[in-house]
Order: sequence, then structure tokens, then C-alpha cells
Amino acid sequence: MRIACPHCGERSLDEFLYSGDATVKRPDFAGTTAMDDFVTYTFERTNPPGPHRELWYHAAGCHAWLVVTRNVSTHAVASVELARDVALAAKSATKDSAS
Amino acid sequence: MTAAPIGYGRQSNRLASGGLIDRSKTLHFTFDGKTYAGHPGDTLASALLANGVVLTARSFKYHRPRGILAAGSEEPNALVELRDGARREPNTKATVAELFDGLTATSQNRWPSLAFDLLSINSLFSPVFVAGFYYKTFMWPAALWEKLYEPLIRRAAGLGRASDDADPDTYEKATAFADVLVIGGGPAGLAAAQAAARTSARVILVDENAALGGRAVDDASEIAGNPAHEWVKMLEGELSRNPEVRILRRTTVFGSYDGGTYGALERVSDHLPHPAPGAPRQRLWRLVAKKVVLATGATERPIVFGGNDRPGVMLAGAVRTYVNRYGVVPGQRVVVFTNNDYGATTASDLVRAGADVVALVDSRPEISDHVYRITNETGVRLISNAAVTDALGKRHVTGADIRLGDGERIELACDLIAVSGGWNPNIQLTTHLGGKPVWNDRLHAFLPGAVPAGMSLAGAVAGDLTLAKSLAGGNAAGSAAADESGHKAIAVPVPTAIAESDAVTPLWRVIGYKGKAFVDQQNDVTEKDIALAEREGFRAVEHLKRYTTLGMATDQGRTANVNALAIMAELTGRTIPETGITVARPPYSPVALGALAGHHRGKSFKPTRLPPSYRWAKEQGCVFVETGLWLRPSYFPRPGERDWLETVTREVNTVRNAVGICDVSTLGKVDVQGAGAAAFLDNIYMNGLKTLTVGKCRYGGMLREDGILMDDGTVARLGENHFFITTTTANAVKVVQHMEYCAQWLWPELDVQIVSATEQWAQYAVAGPKSRALLQKIVDPAFDISDSGFPYLGVGEITVCGGIKARLFRLSFSGERAYEIGVPARYGDALIRRLMEAGEEFGACSYGTEALGVMRIEKGHISGPELNGTTTPQDVGLGGMVAKKKDFIGSVLGKRPGLVDPDRPSLVGFRPVDRSARLRSGAHFLARDARPEAANDEGYMTSVAYSPSSGHWVGLGLLRRGPERLGEIVRAYDPVRGADTLVEVVSPVFVDPEGGRVRG
Repeated sequence: MRIACPHCGERSLDEFLYSGDATVKRPDFAGTTAMDDFVTYTFERTNPPGPHRELWYHAAGCHAWLVVTRNVSTHAVASVELARDVALAAKSATKDSAS
Repeated sequence: MTAAPIGYGRQSNRLASGGLIDRSKTLHFTFDGKTYAGHPGDTLASALLANGVVLTARSFKYHRPRGILAAGSEEPNALVELRDGARREPNTKATVAELFDGLTATSQNRWPSLAFDLLSINSLFSPVFVAGFYYKTFMWPAALWEKLYEPLIRRAAGLGRASDDADPDTYEKATAFADVLVIGGGPAGLAAAQAAARTSARVILVDENAALGGRAVDDASEIAGNPAHEWVKMLEGELSRNPEVRILRRTTVFGSYDGGTYGALERVSDHLPHPAPGAPRQRLWRLVAKKVVLATGATERPIVFGGNDRPGVMLAGAVRTYVNRYGVVPGQRVVVFTNNDYGATTASDLVRAGADVVALVDSRPEISDHVYRITNETGVRLISNAAVTDALGKRHVTGADIRLGDGERIELACDLIAVSGGWNPNIQLTTHLGGKPVWNDRLHAFLPGAVPAGMSLAGAVAGDLTLAKSLAGGNAAGSAAADESGHKAIAVPVPTAIAESDAVTPLWRVIGYKGKAFVDQQNDVTEKDIALAEREGFRAVEHLKRYTTLGMATDQGRTANVNALAIMAELTGRTIPETGITVARPPYSPVALGALAGHHRGKSFKPTRLPPSYRWAKEQGCVFVETGLWLRPSYFPRPGERDWLETVTREVNTVRNAVGICDVSTLGKVDVQGAGAAAFLDNIYMNGLKTLTVGKCRYGGMLREDGILMDDGTVARLGENHFFITTTTANAVKVVQHMEYCAQWLWPELDVQIVSATEQWAQYAVAGPKSRALLQKIVDPAFDISDSGFPYLGVGEITVCGGIKARLFRLSFSGERAYEIGVPARYGDALIRRLMEAGEEFGACSYGTEALGVMRIEKGHISGPELNGTTTPQDVGLGGMVAKKKDFIGSVLGKRPGLVDPDRPSLVGFRPVDRSARLRSGAHFLARDARPEAANDEGYMTSVAYSPSSGHWVGLGLLRRGPERLGEIVRAYDPVRGADTLVEVVSPVFVDPEGGRVRG
């Protein structure tokens, strides 16, 4: 499998580490349901076939964390984004909807 | 060569001319100790056949005599041990082993000799050895399995022997990129490579054989009006002059992987007695291509009939290869048995080579004009609507039993039966990623269905068996692939070829045979085994495979699978597609583990990291220890010291009484900067860091999100927005990864930059009551390191030795007054020498990880054995450090009831009641009167050391409710090493519990 790192270009799988689901959001530690929320956030995952949003780390490259959209049935990579950009966009979206 | 033994130089089956071998040179080789002659260009198989050697192996289960069935990598039978000594390689196919002078080969799986094999008696017991015999015969009594059945079966079965010596050769790995990768160097692949290479595309052409040309050369066809081998030579010239083309010969693409990646094995030196100096034996390629043209050709399939495994039964296409490519006629009196038009071609080639073709037995009632024309021209007797039911003979074919259309039987004397049941396209590489093959009713074979992205097909694998279609298909596929990879195609004329016929009418097995009829020859699976599997309900392909072991040998059933499927279809009255499909997994051909390992063996398995003081320590006679990738000083023995314990005791005493120096550069070091750095660190450490002022250090711990301790270390604040943290040696890489994750994904809004500085700084601990006096001698006078100017937990950027930039930390792992001094790594060697020189007057010594470990245990500091991925801060006595109000990684889940249960084993110290007793880490704690069983387990000893400061062994351990049980006596129970020691529960701090010494 090959992943196109936005910094380094297309590189082989063995430069990267897979590190989990990019769709979960770290909950608020002060919320009333914090314990349940963190249990879900940390341990509970579904594994449906088809496209997944995954976190990958370019360990043997630029050390960027990436959000890779990958079909786990075919390994086809649909998109690769910098995790920082994705996270910032999500935070500003939350802010916008709150205001 | 000495006196010529039997067999020498006869080459009775070699043609006087023809083929692509070099008759001007003679190569000698031995097979089972006898010497034979061959020529450059031969394989071991062609040379054996040239010398009339037909019996080459014994079969896997029944020890039946076996010969050479094929001429390529699909060979199931002719497996030999190649070479001897450390280079001995079992299960090498004689059909792909190229001949070299001095080659030695030995037959396998026979005792005492190939011609007379005692275990062929297994054949008589064949009712016992049928499919599934493992499961049935040896079921009872179970006790006999391990001691009797299994060793017996293993001795009787099994193939060759691996060498007992280490492989003396090297293997390497390489990666190459291409616009167009062409897999297969037959006519289709060559045409594709030519068309692609005429553009500006980067092309890689791979072929598993030594010589390109494939079937076109095997069949001595004509291309563009020239003999095929001349056309191939011309094309090879054109391709090798093109700097954008790489030709990999002797290279098998063994697997398709995602993203246009292909694994290939290049046998760089397998055709030589031993690799040239500096050259690898084999090279593992990772080929990455935008577009791939698959031109892997097809494998001929046998027809299943009685005795079809006898030496002298050979695939018809292989017979043509031996005649045309190697100038060898594998038999003098030949029966050709076929269900397709290529049988006639075989007869014609044999006649041309001077063999007596006794008959062309064609199973089809209606014969094409193409076949009639050939039999008329050659005068070969055509027997249509007939079948060979049995090959006669024992160690060699002596005749063929033939059933005619009217049921009458005739027997024809012959020494070779050339058989062709049609062709199976080599579709394996299209199925590795899950592509399902589709059945083709014209060719009666599976063709690729869905292919990996970027792949196109050409030649036989696309269903184009004839040469003309292969050339046209290759040409088109090559142009298209180049074009799609961004290199504008240029029209290249398609070379012409003579018309041929690929008509086939299926015949999978012959009914009414007498002997054994084999489907999978390598695993000794017979037609009756398939029938048995069908009767017993193992009808699905996957069940059939597992029950009979069909297709599970090293050849992946390349001559077996489709026949087996077809037979099962006939037995169950279903069509072949209804019965199932055959897909393959990598590798297409076996790949040696040595090639997969490449350079990564022995000491090179992983890189070795050397700390900055390594060279100096080596000069001192230091004993090193591997910690992760690092080679760290373990202890520094001095003359007269009897053992390591004496050395370590001396080192500890020197630190406690004077001063010692230890290389701690291996600790992970991370530079953290930015306006958000303080807030960021506060998020990832369990303890508060907001109050850490510039110029101070603090001990800190990180948790995983699940509340378990991940790592500990120190945080130094060098500036308002500049921190320098340390991690444990083991977790240095993991912590940086974690910090990057937190910075980029969890808190991207914080302005923080993280960089690992582990290798940029050489860092030494200078520990002991005289440490400051020692440092005073090298720290430049401008810097005040008095206790008031530089108190405990201070940090400062200073210069040493006259202006060398350095960092000084007042940290202690030993419990003594201590400092860590860091300099840019290039000064590491100079600094250790200067420190030791300066320390001489104080009686300084260097110490290693052993003394470091002893002193941290004496002080009750945790390390790897306590930071073991199961402990919480509370478990190891750090509960008080955990911040109560802030959010940090692990803050919520660390409060789970199971993690804060006071019943959990927690850190305490231990000392033996009998002070002379030795403690062992790993011992489990039991109440004094408890029975030694798991239910009574109360925790275990994590770290022990002989404590010079206490004068006896001390230990740290995790004991249930440990801190509440100080003074209690428990058992340290260690059945593994036969120890059962009474120990007293004490405070984990054995030395200076008040901590006065670190402050000086």
C-alpha cells in the first residue's frame, strides 16, 4: 500500500504507522458523563467494511499525523489530509455552530 | 576431473545441432554422485535428460519413482538438493536450476537409493495413506501421536534437508519505480516492452528465466520472418540500449500488493557455483509501477490417467522446450496424448528432431484440418477418439495402454508419453488482491476477472494463446500502458507470425485406468482421493484442498488445481464455475527466508546505536549491555575484581562516598518550544507544570488515555516558551510520537513545536558528594554552581572547558548530590575524558547501568520493571503527584474503579528476613501460611539488587495493599528457580529516606 503524504509525496506503507480511528473526538473531561464518554472514546470501535477515516503517522518521514480515508475492503486510499488541518477545521466548525 | 565414472560425457539424448546451448563448452556436474556433462544454456533437468537420466526423485507420500514433468517453475516432481555443505538448498526444481561447472545435486526423499527405495512399500499400503489418513489412521490411541506416529510420518514424508550450517551468502533488497512494468518476457511481454519503451516511459521488464523469449523460443516459432530467438535477440538489443529500460532476468514476480507494488525475487547468483565477491545470492525487489502489463503466459495441464506420474510421462510443451531450446530429445519412441491442437505441433517437432512418434492419441472424435495436415506431412499415426489409460513400466515408461473409441485396447511400446490437456493461463498475480477469475468456455480455463488497478493483460494470460495474437496483444497493451502513464504512444508495427490453432475439447481424466492416477503429483493426491473427498462430503474447493492437501505443495498446485476442480465438477454433476474457483496467495514461487530478511540478520537485524562515550568506555575494558538498540556501558571491571558484583559494588560505593560518572545520553530528549508549550505539557503530564519556573526542573509522569503509566522523566524549563524534557531510554521514540499526536491532532490550536534531540546531546550524570567539586573544575568561572546559585532541581545554560556550550541540570537518580551535564554530541568523547581527568583527585570512577540500577532500587525509584504497562501512578507510589483538577491524558479513565482499588498491588520495598538470602525478581508474594496457588497470589517482586549500602539484597515489588503492610513478613515464592524466601515488607527507600543528600 502507498500513502501520499502531503509533505513528502507518495511513500511506501512501511514508513507509516496506523494509529486508530480519526472519527472519534476526545470528550470533555468535566462533562457529567465524562467517564462513559471516555470509555466509548478509548475502547469502543466498529469495524464496518468500506471507507474508514484513519489516523496514520509518518514515522519514518516528516512525523506528520495524517487522516487517511481508506476503503478497508480494497485498501484503496481516497484521500490523505494533514491531521492538524482536519482538527483545526473541526474545532472552528464547532465554534461556529456554538456562536 | 578424475577418471570418468558411469554416465560421463555420453549425452545420448543430445541432438547434434539446434537449440540455444553452447556446445563449444562442456560443463561437468554430478547427480547422486555420478558425473555427467552438459553445456552452458542447460538447466539441470535438460542436462539430465540429455544424459538419459529419467528417474530423478521419489514422491512425497508413496515414494514412487518420479521423473521430470515440466520444463519450468511449475515442476512438481524433479526437486533436488542443490549444492552441498552450508549452501545445500533442498527442494530446488531441476527445471529452473541452471547448469554450472561443478554443480552437485542429490535426489531427495529416498532411502537407501533413488533406484531402490525401501519406503516405496508405502505404495502397497496406499489404502492406509488415502486422503485424510492423518485424521483417521492415527487417531487412536492419542498417546501414540507424539512418540510414534508423528516422528514416523515425518521421517517417511518430508522432502529435502536444509543445511545445518548458517547460510554463507548475503541477500539484499532493492526498490525500483517504473511507468510501465512488464511481467513476463515471452512474445507478448517483449512486444509490450518494445511498444512502451519506444515512448519516453520508464520500463521494467521482468522474466523468471535466464533467457527471454518464452514459448516462442520453446516452440522455435517464426516471428517477422525470422527464427523467434533471433527476433528476441534483436529486441533485447533495442531494449538494453534504451537507458529508460531495465531488464530483470532470472527474476520472479511472486506477489501483487496494493498501490501498484509488486514483490520480485532476482536470483542474482543462483546460476553460479557461489556469488561473485560482493554480490548477493539473491535480491528482493519491491517494484512500484504506474501501469503493469501482465504477460505471464500459461501453464500446460496434464491429463489424469493411470501411471501418469511414471518417469517418462512429460508435458507436451515441455518436450518441445527440451527439443527446441536445449537440443535434447527426452525419448526415442514417443506417444503423444492430447485433447488439443498443440499435440500435433509436439509430434511434428519430435519427428523433426529424429524421434519415432509411435502415435498421436487425440481424445477428440473430430479432428481439425490443422492436425490432419501435420499428421499427413509427418506420417505420424493419428489415433482419434482414444485415450491413454495407463502408462506402463515401473521406474520408466515402457509402453502406453490405449483405449480406442470402440472400447478396444491396444498397447504401444514407448519410452516417452507427451501429454497435453490444454493450457491454464498464469493468472495468479491477478488474484492476490482478491480478483476472482472467470471461466472461459472456449479455452476451458480460468481467465483473470477483476485485475489490480493499473494492470492490463497480454498474451496467453489474456486468453490469446496463439503467437500472432500474443504479439498483437502485447504491442497494444504496451502502447496503452505507456500512454496512460503519461507518455504519448508511438505506433510500433506488430511483428507477423504464422497461423496456429489453439482449439481444445476438454478431457480431464481418463476412465477405466488400472494403476494410480495422480492429480497433484507433488503432494501425491490421486483421482481416487478426490472421489473419496466427494463421497465424504468435502466438495467445496476449500474443503477438498484441506482434506486431500491438493495444491498445498511448494508448486501451489499449478499443474493440479484446475484438473481437480474439473474432476470434482464431473463427480458432482456441476459445472466448473459452480464447483468453485482457484485463487492464489503470494508467493507464486517459494521465496527463501534469507531473501526476505536481506541484510537484517545477526548483528544487523537492527541498527546498533552507540552512546557518545562508547569509544572511551571500550578503551577502559567496559562490559556493554544491549538496551533496545543502544549498546550501553554495563560496568567497568578493574584488575583484581573477581566478578561483576564486586565491580558494581565498588562503583556504587564510589558514588555514595566520592563521585561517579555515567553516560545517560540514551535517555530520550525532546525539545519543546512555542507560546503554547507550557499549556501543552500541562495537557500531557499527569502532574501540574504551570508552576514550573524558568531555570527549574521537575519530575513528571505521562499516562496513556486509559490511565496506565506510560513514561516518566524530567521537564526542564529553559525559557518562558522553551522546555527540554527527558524520557526513558526505551520509550524515547514512542513519547515523541505521542507528543506529535497530541500537538497535531488533539490540541492543534496550541503553538508548539516538538523535536527529538536525543542524538544531539551527549549527557553525563556526575553523582556523589564530590560532584560539585569535580564540576567546578570544568565549568567556566562565569557560572555560579554553588548550592545557593544552583540549587537542587536547577537547570542552566552554561559553558564549560573554556566556552563550550553546555546545559547543566541538578538531578539525581542515585539519591546523592548529582548533576547531569549535556554538551553537543560531538563533544561527548572529549567531555568524558575531561570529566574523568578532573575527577582523578576525588577518586572518581565511571559507572554503568548495573550500578545505576542498584542505586535506583536502593532509592525506590521506578524503572522499566515497574513501568510495565499495567501499573497506575498509585501503584508505584506516585499517586500524590496526580493533578486533581486539570484535564490531561488519562485524567478521566485513571479514575476507573478498578484502577483506584486500594486492593491493587502497590510498590513497597523488601528485604530478606535471613539477611544472607538472595532475592529474585519475578518471585510471587504469598501470605506466610498460604498455599502456593494462583488464588493466593498477592503480587510479585519487580526489581532486586544486592545493596552495598545496606549490606544485603533488597527488592522492590508490587504487593496487595503494600504500603499498609510495612513490617509484615511474607513469602517470596519462586517455583521456577526453586526459591521460597521469607521477606519483610519495608519502605521502598533504602538509602537516605529523608532525601537530605540530594540537596547537599
